[in-house]
Amino acid sequence: MHKIKEKKVLAEKTIMMKIVAPEIAKKARAGNFVILRIDEKGERIPLTIADHDLETITIIFLVVGRTTEDLSKLNKGNNILDIAGPLGNPIEYEKYGTVVFVGGGLGIAAIYPQLKALKKDNKVISIIGARKKELLFLIDEIKQFSDRVIVCTDDGSFGRKGFVTEALRDLINKEKIDRVVAIGPPVMMKAVSDVTRDKKIKTIVSINTIMVDGIGMCGSCRVRVNNEIKFACVDGPEFDAHQVDWDEFLKRNLRYKEEEHECMLTKNDGK
Amino acid sequence: MMENKEQKQKEMSPEERIKSFKEVSLGYTKEQAIEEAKRCLQCPVPLCEKGCPAGILIKKFIKHIADEEFDLALKVILEKNSLPGVCGRVCPAEEQCKKKCICKPAININLLERFVADNSEKIVKNVKKTGKKIAVVGSGPAGLACSSELALMGHEVVVYEALHKPGGVLTYGIPEFRLPKKIVMDEANYIKKLGVSIKLNSVVGKLFSVDELLKKHDAIFIATGAGLPYFLGINGENLNNVYSANEFLTRNNLMKSYKFPEYITPVKRAEKTVVIGGGNVAIDSARVAKRLGSDVTIIYRRSRAEMPARDEEVKHAEEEGIKFMFLTNPVKIIGKEDVEAVRCIRMKLGEPDDSGRRRPLPVEGSEFMIKCGQIIVAIGQGPNPLIGKTIDLNTGKKGNIAVNEKYETSIEKVYAGGDIASGSATVINAIHDGKVAAKEIDEKLKRG
Repeated sequence: MHKIKEKKVLAEKTIMMKIVAPEIAKKARAGNFVILRIDEKGERIPLTIADHDLETITIIFLVVGRTTEDLSKLNKGNNILDIAGPLGNPIEYEKYGTVVFVGGGLGIAAIYPQLKALKKDNKVISIIGARKKELLFLIDEIKQFSDRVIVCTDDGSFGRKGFVTEALRDLINKEKIDRVVAIGPPVMMKAVSDVTRDKKIKTIVSINTIMVDGIGMCGSCRVRVNNEIKFACVDGPEFDAHQVDWDEFLKRNLRYKEEEHECMLTKNDGK
Repeated sequence: MMENKEQKQKEMSPEERIKSFKEVSLGYTKEQAIEEAKRCLQCPVPLCEKGCPAGILIKKFIKHIADEEFDLALKVILEKNSLPGVCGRVCPAEEQCKKKCICKPAININLLERFVADNSEKIVKNVKKTGKKIAVVGSGPAGLACSSELALMGHEVVVYEALHKPGGVLTYGIPEFRLPKKIVMDEANYIKKLGVSIKLNSVVGKLFSVDELLKKHDAIFIATGAGLPYFLGINGENLNNVYSANEFLTRNNLMKSYKFPEYITPVKRAEKTVVIGGGNVAIDSARVAKRLGSDVTIIYRRSRAEMPARDEEVKHAEEEGIKFMFLTNPVKIIGKEDVEAVRCIRMKLGEPDDSGRRRPLPVEGSEFMIKCGQIIVAIGQGPNPLIGKTIDLNTGKKGNIAVNEKYETSIEKVYAGGDIASGSATVINAIHDGKVAAKEIDEKLKRG
């Protein structure tokens, strides 16, 4: 059992929780994730560790389905039944030069621990974006660990109007960029990958696949990278964007769309 | 003297059982158990015991059943095996104890074991503590057997389990209708009562390294199992609704997705399912898919005779209307987003291969299609690589941890057993490994 120590609504449908998990917190590194299960009938879902201190881990999630909705109903003082982690491989810490972090939607939460870790040895430029102003969050925190921040909204309600990929394209046409890290919705990561491919800029993405165990046992999270089957949970979650088979990944990530819908319906029926 | 007849356990009818996940085999009644026990000849040299990898004193416990001393019967079993309810259900007894039994037909030793496990209370005996502390990684059959042995020897044992429930393959792999999870939890609870502490959600290699465990413990036993699913390596394998058997079974057994949406982990229910493989895992997957309402066909590249699955399981599957296509191999999976069909080729048997079984060879020009909405790949599992990535242990060809006859690995004080060391085998073999490793660890600790 893990107690929720703090809960905060960061943006529309975007919730931050600090959860007591000292053993996991001690081992957590940027890029790691946890698998959590709320209660006895719950499913196991992966969530990036957005931050940690000596006692707690921080998760940030968007209410998109049954489990995140159930999670959003929990409050400070409530418990989460199971948390396993830290899972996945941490990011590589190196001196790259200028690193651009692209965070779209919930991906903003995932780039935060990474840019925080890489800031010391690199010039960090962050491009963060969401559909509209109400969905943006962590801007001040990201500013604190970035040399420059470009904020975009699809509807122009805050910052630059348009997609993060357009801001990225403008940037790489003007400056020498050594590395790009992009985390967000699969379509966004695919688009970023297309933008940087021609310029041959090494681009890393964090693949958010459907997982069950998170420890390499089932292959639900399998993704084709450089024409080989990789398990996102143990071989990833980060991969070279230019080697990912995006079309296959996009299809695989929609495989429980109908069930997700059914699950929400039964919940709303009060069953 | 009246001749006693072999007692057959009751089974749910096929029509009834494909509608639910309730246990198919119903076990013996008290009267049946006594009758069956009375059939035992109580041989001066009980050969059956030589066939038991756990070394249970079979003759003695059967005598107790015949004398209606069920608690004593269980006590005798528990001296050698802490998982009698599990073994009584999933041991391939026909290849072990029953095979050696001289009665015709052989005494149903497994069913007698199950009967006492289900109907008597497990008494926990107090043992003198040694002050030694051992870490066991994985709470599957090898880990549980090793930890209970060590606890009975007086050692302090902590089991680190990666998942949220104990039992390993007994929990995520073997379906409810063959091994009810209540039985697994009851036996895990008995082992906890022996003083073993089971730490769930603890992924060794991530949360704790083996080095860290070594600092806090006098020895480590690694029993992380064969958790890595193999795929076919053919086109279309990543289409939606192509599952590894591990994923399909884990969703249903560990996460109870057969009760979706009450339990919220989803699983696809297809009209037609094709299962690829010929082992018990393939049969289990097929029988689960059948219970989810699917029309199921198992395709296997060799013939019925080479199938590694237990006869009883194959029989159960056939009774449930599962179809078998032997000498058939998939070559391509077809579909756009979801699976629509699998292209197969007919096989014929050639000369024996390394496994001693006749090698299947493709018959040219014999390709054909099977339409299906779901495919389950059950062609075997490899050792879980997670731990191996974090420590420098010597490994075998397939990535399994190399051990000597004392279950010692290349690192001092680190032992390994079960499927992670031997490759993919049976529950009882894993239990045997766990027990022998416990004995070796104990002797080493005593020598100091």
